[in-house]
Amino acid sequence: MGANFFVNYEEVVAMILFGIGFANLLLQNNLIKKIIGMNIMDAAIYLFLAEKGYIAGRAAPIITDGVQKMEAYINPIPSGLVLTGIVVSVSVTALMLSITIRLYARYHTLNLDEISALIKKEEA
Amino acid sequence: MEIIRNFPAAAILLCLFAGIVSSGLKPKAAKWLNHALIVVEMALNLCTLYYTAVTGEAFVYVMGKFPAPWGNEIRAGVLEALLALFVCGVMLLSLLGGEKELEEKVEENKLFLYYVLADHLLCSLLALIYTNDLFTAYVFVEINTISACGLIMIRQTGRTIEAAVRYMIMSLLGSGLLLMGLCMLYDLTGHLLMSNIQESVARLHASGMYGVPLTVTIGLMTVGLAIKSALFPFHTWVPDAYGYSTASSAAILSSLVSKGYIFLLIKIIYRVIGFEVFHDTKIVNVLFLFGLAGMIFGSLSAIKENNIRRMIAFSSVAQIGYIYMGIGMGTQAGMVAAIFHIFSHAAAKALLFVACMGITGASGGSVKFQDLTGAAYRNKLAGAAFTAGSLSMVGLPLFSGFISKLLFAQAAVQNQGKMLPALVVLAVSTILNAVYFMKTVIRIYTPEQSPYEGITWKNQKLLTVSCVLLTVLNLHLGCLSQSWENLIMKGLGMFA
Repeated sequence: MGANFFVNYEEVVAMILFGIGFANLLLQNNLIKKIIGMNIMDAAIYLFLAEKGYIAGRAAPIITDGVQKMEAYINPIPSGLVLTGIVVSVSVTALMLSITIRLYARYHTLNLDEISALIKKEEA
Repeated sequence: MEIIRNFPAAAILLCLFAGIVSSGLKPKAAKWLNHALIVVEMALNLCTLYYTAVTGEAFVYVMGKFPAPWGNEIRAGVLEALLALFVCGVMLLSLLGGEKELEEKVEENKLFLYYVLADHLLCSLLALIYTNDLFTAYVFVEINTISACGLIMIRQTGRTIEAAVRYMIMSLLGSGLLLMGLCMLYDLTGHLLMSNIQESVARLHASGMYGVPLTVTIGLMTVGLAIKSALFPFHTWVPDAYGYSTASSAAILSSLVSKGYIFLLIKIIYRVIGFEVFHDTKIVNVLFLFGLAGMIFGSLSAIKENNIRRMIAFSSVAQIGYIYMGIGMGTQAGMVAAIFHIFSHAAAKALLFVACMGITGASGGSVKFQDLTGAAYRNKLAGAAFTAGSLSMVGLPLFSGFISKLLFAQAAVQNQGKMLPALVVLAVSTILNAVYFMKTVIRIYTPEQSPYEGITWKNQKLLTVSCVLLTVLNLHLGCLSQSWENLIMKGLGMFA
């Protein structure tokens, strides 16, 4: 069990990063830190995917020198998934940042709890 | 007849194109395009439903030129087509019902965006319902989240932006877990298409290899989708998001968006993991417990609420609890009850939100209970529609809610271990439902001299159409439940 951690250290790192990102997104009060947490979480998933798709000693699946054997190349699907995932996470990040800008322009703070308190005060 | 096989894919693509075209149109044109689109979608899905029901088997549509283990696929059976048709119908009625409010409250230069978002939301819902590929499902889950976020904050006030931020945060946590789960599942099985994964998972389960990773994977995906569909205790974003957005948005969010995620979970249970394997992991018991907790605590929060919109939102939390309780029974009967409740709750909740707009509109726009006294006399149609929705939620015979409660009780009786808690909580939750819905109905029917003016149906034609049709839908679900049940059973049979 313990030895596996050192053999599969990339997966271990990815999981730890996922936990860090998840906890930040959930627990931070500052909106920017939340967004950073979300990006760490997504990056950890992409690290995990990229590591799983890589096979030691093989090249990226682009034919340049005429080698057409399947054994010469790594699995391209995880890389494709990573690209798709990055597109999704970029758009979500942009959306989150734009909402944050709007909230900051209204309430001049990034702290979500303070914003809630200000909104309650505004209505009362 | 063969041409019908193209319809599911065409339906998804049409929505995308309509969304793109709408972004260059004037608000009125965007609105008409959206309504025309939904009518066309209904026709397409009706044809698909007819075709699958007649041929008696599901069909697979290959997207692009690559065959099974590599390419992307769409798969349509009776249940998928039925749900897609239902989603289109409820969406059209919700949009029609809230149209006047939208035109009054949303800024003129942003109104067309509402219809762009609605088109994309419909596209992502249809894709979630029809797709046979897990990663495609993930991408459309995110599209769904983004458009739902836009629907919440189309009317820009402090409350709605805060609600949108809270909604996004919880949704992102959910989709992070879902993505992690399906990446791990891809590593375990080497496939992304649902049918291929199911074969590999069955082999893994039989050989006993990777038992722990498989359980963790199933757990991650289930929790991710549970967060996104607002299962208790992940429901903290619900009251704000449904309570302060426009009536159409609230109706669409509560009756369709959360149901899309639940349907994806049901598809994962049947078509990706396999019902037996899922049952063996004991995750059903966790879902069962949280479902029960949601039924009680959602209703308790609703009783305490002094804002009618937030009360209906908390009632959604309780109803989502019912659905998860049905899934958590771990039997076929429980699943049929859960799916029937998806339909019944969607019809009743859309009706409640739309009618609630009529009631508050006749009370000076206030959502506080003390201002609503006698509102049903000032707006007779909305009052009657709200009463119909409430009776359906409480579970009066003739209405759809009664049939779902009956099905849940029948499923509970067939399951020895879970019978007692399920029946007790079902009874308690029904009483709590009755407490807060009847409290509201009695209040709006208490005569009082009021400064607010009455509204007749002539001033709210679209609301009238929407309320009447949604009430008819509720009664149809309640009175002709046998044919709905048969279709659901047939659809579940095609899942295997």
